[in-house]
Amino acid sequence: MPERELKKKPEPQQRESEADLSPAVAESGTKIKAELDDLLDEIDEVLETNAEEFVKSYIQKGGQ
Amino acid sequence: MAIPKICGIETEYGILIRGVAESNPISSSSMLINSYLSLLEGDRIGWDFEDEMPGNDARQDQRLLSVAPEVETHLVNAVLTNGARYYVDHAHPEFSAPECIDAAQALLYDRAGEEILLQSMAAAQRQMPDGQEIVVYKNNSDGKGNSYGCHENYLMDRATPFPSIVLHATTHFVTRQIFTGSGKVGTEMPGLRRDSVPFQITQRADFFEEEVGLETTLKRPIINTRDEPHADPTKYRRLHVIAGDANMSEVATFLKLGSTAILLAMIEDEVLDDLPQLAQPVPAMHQVSQDLSLSEPLLLADGSSMTALEMQWLILEHAQNWAGSRGLSSVGEDVGEQILQRWEQVLNGLDQDPLSLASQVDWIAKYRLFQASMERHSLDWSSPRLAAMDLQYHDLRAASSLSRRMGLERLTTDAQVAHAITEPPPQTRAYFRGRCLARFPDQVVAANWDSLVFDVGEAALQRVPMLEPGKGTQEAVGALIDSSADAAELLQRLK
Repeated sequence: MPERELKKKPEPQQRESEADLSPAVAESGTKIKAELDDLLDEIDEVLETNAEEFVKSYIQKGGQ
Repeated sequence: MAIPKICGIETEYGILIRGVAESNPISSSSMLINSYLSLLEGDRIGWDFEDEMPGNDARQDQRLLSVAPEVETHLVNAVLTNGARYYVDHAHPEFSAPECIDAAQALLYDRAGEEILLQSMAAAQRQMPDGQEIVVYKNNSDGKGNSYGCHENYLMDRATPFPSIVLHATTHFVTRQIFTGSGKVGTEMPGLRRDSVPFQITQRADFFEEEVGLETTLKRPIINTRDEPHADPTKYRRLHVIAGDANMSEVATFLKLGSTAILLAMIEDEVLDDLPQLAQPVPAMHQVSQDLSLSEPLLLADGSSMTALEMQWLILEHAQNWAGSRGLSSVGEDVGEQILQRWEQVLNGLDQDPLSLASQVDWIAKYRLFQASMERHSLDWSSPRLAAMDLQYHDLRAASSLSRRMGLERLTTDAQVAHAITEPPPQTRAYFRGRCLARFPDQVVAANWDSLVFDVGEAALQRVPMLEPGKGTQEAVGALIDSSADAAELLQRLK
């Protein structure tokens, strides 16, 4: 087994402020929208037509 | 020295009959599985479930329910030629994958399980009236406080003291959530408003109330103490892990299994003595799941604090050192390298840009999609549309699955998955189980994790114990099974 180079975790200062780590803020909404526009079109097409009814009907018995 | 981390996943799927006002989950689960088994008729396995096939009338549900105990006795037959067990458990269809030699193989058989569920749905559809459909979901919660599990199993050395497993595995199970989580809208913690948590990292964290215990359905513990090795109890332990989410992402499944296999091997090798301990694991479990910023410090037993991500970096550093000094043979040399590389890459992503992991980590894929959808439709987190998307992310059907549309990275190929639907893993006892079933279906009367019972036409049934999970491999018995004309000859030659 060759010697391994110990990988250190990045220094804390590499991080931006804590709030910025939240995915919500890390990427602007506009950018997300641009990237996901085609995907959203497709998903809007396959999504359950009556979301509320579907969610209500999804009842499971508890398992392990 | 750590023993080989033979492992596997058991998944309870959510189940729904569309097109009826109320559906019975036990009868629909039975019908689903029986439909699959009937597909195998005339093929290599001669199981006869003819009499149990329900007809097309909705009242057939009642009829099926009434024979439920009988279905129970047939569970033993729902052992597949790939070595898996496929049965009804707690009102859910459950696929228990065969014993696998490493994390990559366990991922493959988990995926084969998904395909088997899909084929089961298609087969059941032929029995259903127009407008009705059985649909299964690979998730862990119905969003209404009911949870069902995706459990992992790992072979461990009985000589390793259980308290040291508890100590270190707890740290990992709480902190690994940052890459194993499948994401969930809202909370199901008793006493909390559902929308008091807009979105959290895992499906399961809400349901954990104890640190250690035997329960799996109530007051779930982070460390489950079920001591049922399904192997020689003087040599082995099976660690039964109930604290994980079912993943749609192959990377997440691989890293969940791989990082845990390495952690457990390190416990056996006693190299984790300086790993910090959490002061309050149960609150920490909830805290980690609800901290999307990945920056909240967790209180440690020594009074200091660290984030989950920092603790994962520390575990990875130990793993890299351990691999350098002890080698990776217990988790697979090549697979072990892949685990370490992926682990580091994912932690780097979480550190620097979590959204860069949207094709690898389920909660991030989901979160990104939900954010975009909220913006497009001006929704907030309490919208039923998001709750529906949350469920539909886990829908297995290609036509409606959202996760399939997320560009999740594949680690398996379709051909490998197709192979694993019928063929057992070659390097464990699952090979003996699966191959005997395929070759001698009429002579195997019962199959179990640790034994096979044959009827070779003599007065007494013949039980073949399989107490060594690493024996009965293709290399050891493949030629013997294939060249025996029947089970009687096989048993004779095995003596």
